[in-house]
Amino acid sequence: MDSIVENVVVKDGVDQETVDAVREVGGAYKHGWSTDIEMEYAPKGLSPDIVKLISEKNEEPDWMLDWRLAAYERWLQKKEPEWAMVDYPKIDFQDQYYYARPKSMETKPKSLDEVDPKLLATYEKLGIPLKEQLILAGVDGAEELTGAPRKVAVDAVFDSVSVGTTFRDELLKAGVIFCSISEAIKDYPDLVKKYLGSVVPVSDNYYATLNSAVFSDGSFVYIPPGVRCPMELSTYFRINAENTGQFERTLIIADKGSYVSYLEGCTAPQRDIAQLHAAVVEIIIEEDAEVKYSTVQNWYPGDENGKGGIYNFVTKRADCRGDRAKVMWTQVETGSAVTWKYPSCILRGNETQGEFYSIAIANNMQQADTGTKMVHLGKNTKSRIVSKGISAGQAQNTYRGLVSMHPRAKDSRNYTQCDSLLIGDKCGAHTVPYIEVKNNSSRVEHEATTSKVDDDQLFYCRSRGMDEEEAVALVVNGFCKDVLQALPMEFAMEAQQLVAISLEGSVG
Amino acid sequence: MTVLTKNFRDIELRIAKLNLPQGDWATEARTDALKRLRSVGMPERRDEYWRFTRPDVFNQSGTPPATVSAMEKEIVFSQVDALQIVFDDGIFNAKESDTLALEYVSIDRLAESSSDTHWAKSLYGQLETNGQKPVPRPLGSLNTAFATDGILVLVKGSAPKPINIIYNQKEETSDVTLHHVVRLEAGAELTILESGPAAARLNNVIEVDVADGAVFHHIRTQNNTKDNHVATHIFARLGNASTFKSFTLTINGKLTRNECLIEITGDDAVAHVAGACVGDGNFHQDDTVFITHDAKGCESRQVFKKVLRNGAVGVFQGKILVKAGAQKTDGYQISQSLLLDGDSQFLAKPELEIYADDVICSHGSTSGAIDEDALFYLRSRGISEYEATNLLTLAFLAEAMDEIEDEDLREMLTRQLEGWLERHRG
Repeated sequence: MDSIVENVVVKDGVDQETVDAVREVGGAYKHGWSTDIEMEYAPKGLSPDIVKLISEKNEEPDWMLDWRLAAYERWLQKKEPEWAMVDYPKIDFQDQYYYARPKSMETKPKSLDEVDPKLLATYEKLGIPLKEQLILAGVDGAEELTGAPRKVAVDAVFDSVSVGTTFRDELLKAGVIFCSISEAIKDYPDLVKKYLGSVVPVSDNYYATLNSAVFSDGSFVYIPPGVRCPMELSTYFRINAENTGQFERTLIIADKGSYVSYLEGCTAPQRDIAQLHAAVVEIIIEEDAEVKYSTVQNWYPGDENGKGGIYNFVTKRADCRGDRAKVMWTQVETGSAVTWKYPSCILRGNETQGEFYSIAIANNMQQADTGTKMVHLGKNTKSRIVSKGISAGQAQNTYRGLVSMHPRAKDSRNYTQCDSLLIGDKCGAHTVPYIEVKNNSSRVEHEATTSKVDDDQLFYCRSRGMDEEEAVALVVNGFCKDVLQALPMEFAMEAQQLVAISLEGSVG
Repeated sequence: MTVLTKNFRDIELRIAKLNLPQGDWATEARTDALKRLRSVGMPERRDEYWRFTRPDVFNQSGTPPATVSAMEKEIVFSQVDALQIVFDDGIFNAKESDTLALEYVSIDRLAESSSDTHWAKSLYGQLETNGQKPVPRPLGSLNTAFATDGILVLVKGSAPKPINIIYNQKEETSDVTLHHVVRLEAGAELTILESGPAAARLNNVIEVDVADGAVFHHIRTQNNTKDNHVATHIFARLGNASTFKSFTLTINGKLTRNECLIEITGDDAVAHVAGACVGDGNFHQDDTVFITHDAKGCESRQVFKKVLRNGAVGVFQGKILVKAGAQKTDGYQISQSLLLDGDSQFLAKPELEIYADDVICSHGSTSGAIDEDALFYLRSRGISEYEATNLLTLAFLAEAMDEIEDEDLREMLTRQLEGWLERHRG
């Protein structure tokens, strides 16, 4: 399986670059290796003591601990949601670790030079070099396009802790705060206090409440008024330890008139036992500010029999508080055994805009239940949803979304398009949209289709000398084009490769 | 499970004053239905399935009063040559009904068929039971258990004329439970018409078994007064190359919930469910449709249009389920609302659940106001705003009305709509 493109004779008209790209990523999950590093764990299981311990490890102030403990109490009263079209064995919340950090991180390194070389090597291997002046791997052409090296600041999260954040000083010069959330709690308590939990309340849902109690680290971003963030920011999440859940929390605040583009990537080693990842991302967007949030989610999806993999239960929400605020979510979901994720937009200010572009690919035994919520509260608000779901193998892929026009949201617009593609007759594709229109000056349009890969298109590609795998990849890429085009360049390439590999073996 | 949190006391209160009819062929089915009901509980607002509609009024033991129209009622299908069957507050009116005899058709009444070998025994409550998955329909079970009457229709050939069921409401607090069973044998054809407000509160069930090659048409107008509460279910099963077409026009009524559950079990069958509704003010109309494709090469269509004004609420919950192996399915679903003012609401959940790859399924849902440009154009041609709005409203409803194949019947229902628009000027 790992050499499907090895012996392909390249015919005229087939882009050599595409073939190389596919060859490079060819084969099974390529981030399935693990780093052998000495770890320090909190005792297994979940209790107030564990919550206290996490708070202690992060040297948090009392108000933060109180917040966590209150969340823990709420969590005990909550029930696990069952409405999603996903099916997985009951999670034993007492049979896993809630905190794991590399021993070498016991005292926080002052600079990247002090970070354990093993950790640096891990990110190097993942194509995320934690060195300044370097651009992200896979976008070598970027320099030529822009004339100057493109910089991307990275916050690298390894299991429960942030290993390091690059370009901090340069960003600070522009007034941008980019650090781990554990540092932010200590260094910028006023900002954190003001905004944490203001978009995703503590008791929002089962997993968000769990996250509020036990989140260990994550990223914090503050863009001051009128600042266009000088470079793209990114967080790379890596789960390495076994039997360990990752609970990270991201808080992004875009003050009046500011702009930031934020990228998120994630991978995990190949393990037989499923692991839990329950993150919360909160974004606050003030007047005239704009945030782009892009994710390439490539957690370990489990093997072809559904053994192992990450359970990805994530709550992401952006609150467009000020007038004319804009948010754009772009996601490419290819990994995880089970995905439960609905990046949402609260369009509170007048003339605010929310956009959601998604490609969700589920292969083998994967299950994805993902979509968005567009809550129109302000006047003249606009939203657009483009969702492409692809199912192959025995996978189940569900789009679930809400478009809500409140009585006050006069003259608002929504356009939703969700298409599903089925490859093979053992998979499923489902669409569950909720539409609530409570005023008549707003217009809501929803369209959805489900179809299989078009035989004529495949035949055409085959007649040009492509093999079946390549032809499917090309057709699928065409199907996903709307979404891929919305991705920042750093991700577009990787996403295209992912679209190709996730479909391997799905034909015939 | 949500079931555990139900207030099961509600059921006992609800059924306390009802009698479970005993001693006929349906007794077993009724007892089973009561068991089903007791195991799932009455519907509640927090049930996902009742997300947009409050079921409370169907759960309470007393019936909220609904005014009986003083005016002489216009019989919608009076011009149609049909076999007429009349129910006044759910009680069979023998005087106004025709003799229950029609070529190729045998018609009995549920209340007056005691033979233990009655053909309907194999269907009564059966299709309703099939319709309980994946979501329970407790009102359907309640109906099977306590239905007081209904017609049992067995069709063996092409019926020479339609059966026209006319419902009259006589009492302000009438509470009626009717259950009809229709079986079309292979190649048979029948049209059933239904009209009128049947009661202050109505629970109506039709079970339809359409065998291979049979054709069933159903056209219904729910021309209620403004206070009626109505819950209806159609449970249908379709055989090979059979055709099922149902159309409902809802005019007025405080709360109407129409559920249609179709199980396509034979290849190349066709199922169309359509509806139009017009509501003003205290009006809540809910169409809930669930079509299961469990055979190859079938076609299904769901077309629903709603015109809402003065705070009226329209709901559409539609689902197309394509099971594994149901290849070459062609599924289509459209739900649209025209909101004539800023207070009205449209709530929709148009779902697809697909487990077969060689299918074409699409759905669309839109909501908005009258097109200002179209209105301006019509006004510039000298048409008054009132007339122009009516014209555009009728045009909006046309796609749903076109689902009525018979031109005369379509014309009759369009006149009903025009009458409603005339009565709701300004």
